[in-house]
Amino acid sequence: MRATAITRAARATAIVLTLLSAALPARADEFATLVSALGADSFAEKEQAITALGKLGDGRAVTVLTSLNDGRLLKAPDGRVLVSEATKLLDPLTGADAPDLKADALDRIRVNNRLRGTIQGALGGLILFSADPAARLAAAQDALRYPSADEAALLEKAIAVEKDPEIRAAMEQSLAAARLVSGTKQERLAAARRLGTTTDPQIKNLLDEVRAAPDTDREVRQAAEAALASINNRLWLVGLVANLFQGISLGSILLLAAIGLAITFGVMGVINMAHGEMIMLGAYAAYVCQQFFRAFLPPGWIDAYLVLAVPVAFLFAGAVGVVLERSVIRFLYGRPLETLLATWGVSLILQQAVRSIFGSPNKAVSNPSWMTGGFDLIGGFTVTWNRVVIILFCFVVLGVLALILNRTSFGLQMRAVTQNRPMASVMGIRTARIDALTFGLGSGIAGMAGVALSQVGNVSPNLGTIYIVDSFLVVVFGGVGNLMGTLVGALSLGIVNKFLEPAAGAILGKIIILVAIILFIQRRPRGLFALKGRTAEA
Amino acid sequence: MSELPRGQRNSAWGPGFWAGFVACAVVLALAVPILNLWVPSNSAVALPDYLVPLLGKYLCYALLALSLDLVWGYAGILSLGHGAFFALGGYCMGMYLMRQIGTRGVYGNPLLPDFMVFLNWKELPWFWWGFDHFSWAAAMIVLVPGMLALVFGWLAFRSRVTGVYLSIITQAMTYALMLAFFRNDMGFGGNNGMTDYKDILGWDLHQPSTRLGLYLVSTTALGAGYLLCRFVTISKLGRVLLALRDAESRVRFLGYSVTNAKLFVFTLSAVLAGIAGALYVPQVGIINPSEFSPGNSIEIAIWVSVGGRGTLSGAIVGAVLVNLAKTWLTGAAPETWLFVLGALFVATTLVIPRGIVGLLHSARWVRPRATAPLPAGE
Repeated sequence: MRATAITRAARATAIVLTLLSAALPARADEFATLVSALGADSFAEKEQAITALGKLGDGRAVTVLTSLNDGRLLKAPDGRVLVSEATKLLDPLTGADAPDLKADALDRIRVNNRLRGTIQGALGGLILFSADPAARLAAAQDALRYPSADEAALLEKAIAVEKDPEIRAAMEQSLAAARLVSGTKQERLAAARRLGTTTDPQIKNLLDEVRAAPDTDREVRQAAEAALASINNRLWLVGLVANLFQGISLGSILLLAAIGLAITFGVMGVINMAHGEMIMLGAYAAYVCQQFFRAFLPPGWIDAYLVLAVPVAFLFAGAVGVVLERSVIRFLYGRPLETLLATWGVSLILQQAVRSIFGSPNKAVSNPSWMTGGFDLIGGFTVTWNRVVIILFCFVVLGVLALILNRTSFGLQMRAVTQNRPMASVMGIRTARIDALTFGLGSGIAGMAGVALSQVGNVSPNLGTIYIVDSFLVVVFGGVGNLMGTLVGALSLGIVNKFLEPAAGAILGKIIILVAIILFIQRRPRGLFALKGRTAEA
Repeated sequence: MSELPRGQRNSAWGPGFWAGFVACAVVLALAVPILNLWVPSNSAVALPDYLVPLLGKYLCYALLALSLDLVWGYAGILSLGHGAFFALGGYCMGMYLMRQIGTRGVYGNPLLPDFMVFLNWKELPWFWWGFDHFSWAAAMIVLVPGMLALVFGWLAFRSRVTGVYLSIITQAMTYALMLAFFRNDMGFGGNNGMTDYKDILGWDLHQPSTRLGLYLVSTTALGAGYLLCRFVTISKLGRVLLALRDAESRVRFLGYSVTNAKLFVFTLSAVLAGIAGALYVPQVGIINPSEFSPGNSIEIAIWVSVGGRGTLSGAIVGAVLVNLAKTWLTGAAPETWLFVLGALFVATTLVIPRGIVGLLHSARWVRPRATAPLPAGE
């Protein structure tokens, strides 16, 4: 794998380097000497020549070394070294044909495994001059692993001709690492300062070695210590940002799962244990949309399936919610514990129904291409797009919901029915219809949450049961009947969870949170943002 | 609603009650051994050996349902964490049975159970000390669920967490315990739980006679539990419980200590659940963390609901009937079981909120006050 990549990059390098080496005529003689030295009888001499060729930074060396590695480098009786390329013999110095010789009259220059290793090393240095930016970047980062004076010399040459700022930065970092180990005192001090601005664990190890080495100069040692401290600070900051982001990401998922519940449980007072199944139905709606796009629409459209899945999931889960409210829940208003049991039964039926239709194995819902990948936020922490999209989506849903509740006549009627049902009825509001629509709204939002969840995990019939306990805790923690409470509850639970995880482990962290919430509810039985006044006891 | 109609309260411990109770006890305690031991095995009414532990298991479930009915039906506390008390009692028994294996385990370690040897544990953790004595294990079976319920209930009832909130935090409690027991380093066998028991108090668990003995112990426990619950619900405390179920604030204003009454009944119920779990484990031969799963605890509520909550006999009838149906259906048509269970949940709450026994009561006695409101549950 690696060897072929090097060979390919080496071919590309050769062209660039040939041009480059035209500017270095003084080296031409040295190159010729070294190439003929490859024909030496002893392996030691060959090895010296290979190493020297690697350091020379001459493009022609790439062809010579790859041919040597492949056993295509031949030696004529007169001492000339030639490359066998297909049917021709080429002179590596000029690149010209050498028609006067026959391949079968020449001796193959032999290599052993040790020499092959040296060749790969020499070629690795030369890749720094490759025409392929990806190969150059990989080589520059790779150079970090073998810090030495030779490496430093090569890197200096490479930096002088490098145009790409990203690769240049990587090369400078590797150069600093090499100088830290092998440079003069001044160079070492400068290198330590430069390395203090990175977060690479390899560099951390390197600095640690330098600090611990007995022969290190005192000032250098201090500089290395300062650099280490600076790296540790930076790593701590990266960890903080990473935890914060992951916490917000988890919080946004909890929030999406809980918003619908905040409507059905918080506003209507209905304990809907089938809420998790509404989420699951939404996730399956996303799966069905994906399969529909794959089967019936042109392949280029597949990325758009998610856009369709959101309204489909909303409408489907919402419709199931309306049916559930009309057929079961409306008979149980005012009997919350019985509602709990009945909806639990509904959740079992829905789970088994989905299992019968789709089967119990997990279904894969793939991210559309615009949600895959990510970007590097700060050194070493990658933010993936699907998480970012879900966080944004979650806030959009929350915002739209707040608008519906506070700015539309449906929202007004909904709040009126919640606060005083008989009075709302007297004012001409069809309370039964509002009940059904409110429940449908909560369920529909759960369906959209399912679409979001399908983007970060697998879709299975018991997807909902994973989130049901969590979403109830979020709503109860935040305070019933209060969207703000749900928002704060979800985000704080998410963030606390992610900060506990590294210290206590995922499961123990979760247990700690559950216990903390149980204790919290003792202190504030009505949650973080409790309703006050007459509605509180409704 | 209490199961006692007006005018019969004085006869709560009267000859009518004892006749019914003794009849049931005799059927349960005598019919099974007779059918199992003395009826020839080729007879149609013979009870094969493998059914004995199954029946014993149902009786444990019945005791568990009874314990939930005591708090839910009479005090209005719907605990969705009773599976946790059951499982804790079961784990205490499981630990005793593990220690009884001794050197007969796969690794033959005289001190450590197999899973600890497997995990490279060097010595027995402190919380396993004493479990080689049955008396210690028996004390723990009562104390561990009891203490948990006492502490949990004290925290919850003192700050007046009621209704749905209480249900949700009890559910969170059992969920947290489930996650904890799934961890290998807790020292309770992690994922796999504990199994492969050999004997109890020197009797081989694989012998039909031991199983029959366990069945009889379960019957006795259920009978005693029933009498205890009946005593509690008929006593003055029972009247207070009923009152606070229907109007908690009013009872408080009248000067009764609602917190203490609830705490007592909750703890008692947890102890009963723990005993049920302890009897359950030797009969099924395994205990693992899935017993803590919130779904199990909710299922207990449906047994009570089907049988008729607020009636002690209803809890027993419900637990046995639902589990009979479960055993039969999961064998005959596994994929339909969840549909049936789900439909049971919906149907009992919508159509027969009083449950089977409640239905029988209203059919037998036409009472002027039969239209009294159902327990609101909150």
